[in-house]
Amino acid sequence: MHEYAITEALLKTASEYAENNGAKRVLSLNLVIGDLSGIIDESVQFYWDMVSEDTICAGSILKFEKQSAVFRCLACQSEFPMVEELAPCPKCGSIDIRVISGDDFTLKSIEIEK
Amino acid sequence: MSIEKVQIVEKILDANDQMALENQQVFDQKNILAINIMASPGAGKTSLILRTIEGLASDYKIAVIEGDTAPVTIDADKIYERGIPVTQINTGGDCHLDALMVRKGMQALNLEGVDLVIIENVGNLICPAAFKLGSHLNVAIASIPEGDDKPYKYPNIYRGIQCLVLNKTDLLPYVDFNLEYFKQGIRILNPGVDILPLSSKTGEGMDAWLAWLCKRINEKKHAQK
Repeated sequence: MHEYAITEALLKTASEYAENNGAKRVLSLNLVIGDLSGIIDESVQFYWDMVSEDTICAGSILKFEKQSAVFRCLACQSEFPMVEELAPCPKCGSIDIRVISGDDFTLKSIEIEK
Repeated sequence: MSIEKVQIVEKILDANDQMALENQQVFDQKNILAINIMASPGAGKTSLILRTIEGLASDYKIAVIEGDTAPVTIDADKIYERGIPVTQINTGGDCHLDALMVRKGMQALNLEGVDLVIIENVGNLICPAAFKLGSHLNVAIASIPEGDDKPYKYPNIYRGIQCLVLNKTDLLPYVDFNLEYFKQGIRILNPGVDILPLSSKTGEGMDAWLAWLCKRINEKKHAQK
């Protein structure tokens, strides 16, 4: 549900960069979406067409790149990709684990027409 | 006409995170501890706040920012009736508070001399987890009738918290709730987080919560600016 607010924030960031770079319009946006970001790409896509209407981003395409989550075990220091969110360390069985990547939603780049 | 690629690499919620940081600086300047209370609807956010006011209002100056999705002041009225400064933020259907809304709430309150600001987030286990507000501590409330599988189904809300209040323990005899299963889920998501079982209704366990909070209010009160 919060994808609407996030999509608005995305529009603001992309539009600022586009205008600062003298764009006539934005053609596409390259986004990285972490497995644990809690964001559904389909929802962002759904809201995008709505919020970007009549802006410099109107008609642009969203390209999502999925980033898998990686955990680090603080007991044995091993790093492992997430298989299941609530699984202990596969090497030593400790539950003292931290997410080290995969919880962000990032705008990597945009393609603009000048 | 030419096509060009512009490198950005910016987190989408950077603007919100930045504003949250500024909110926190305002609290820090005034030696105020700010806590963000998150839970599903009906877990007992307002009841815990009322109990907290009951327990601490004689020793500390408290103010409350109430987040609600609808313009009904049921929760804010209960706090106002106890003589506590309160401001309500209507999110207009939005499912969470964000840093800008909290800033507006802060501006609507007189924060001079306040020791503790309690922010009651919108009842929801998903969206509030994504938006930093500027609070020093995030507290989630889970309650017995919601079931012991909540950490497994809504993991994100439990990751960024410093305290998990498990409310409605008076209902344990009537509900199938496996406390160990619940706690294991929380510990994997957030090792070392304080888990405080209590009942806002009977008052059982409330002392531990108040002590937990007092310790942190006092630390903030006497912290270097």
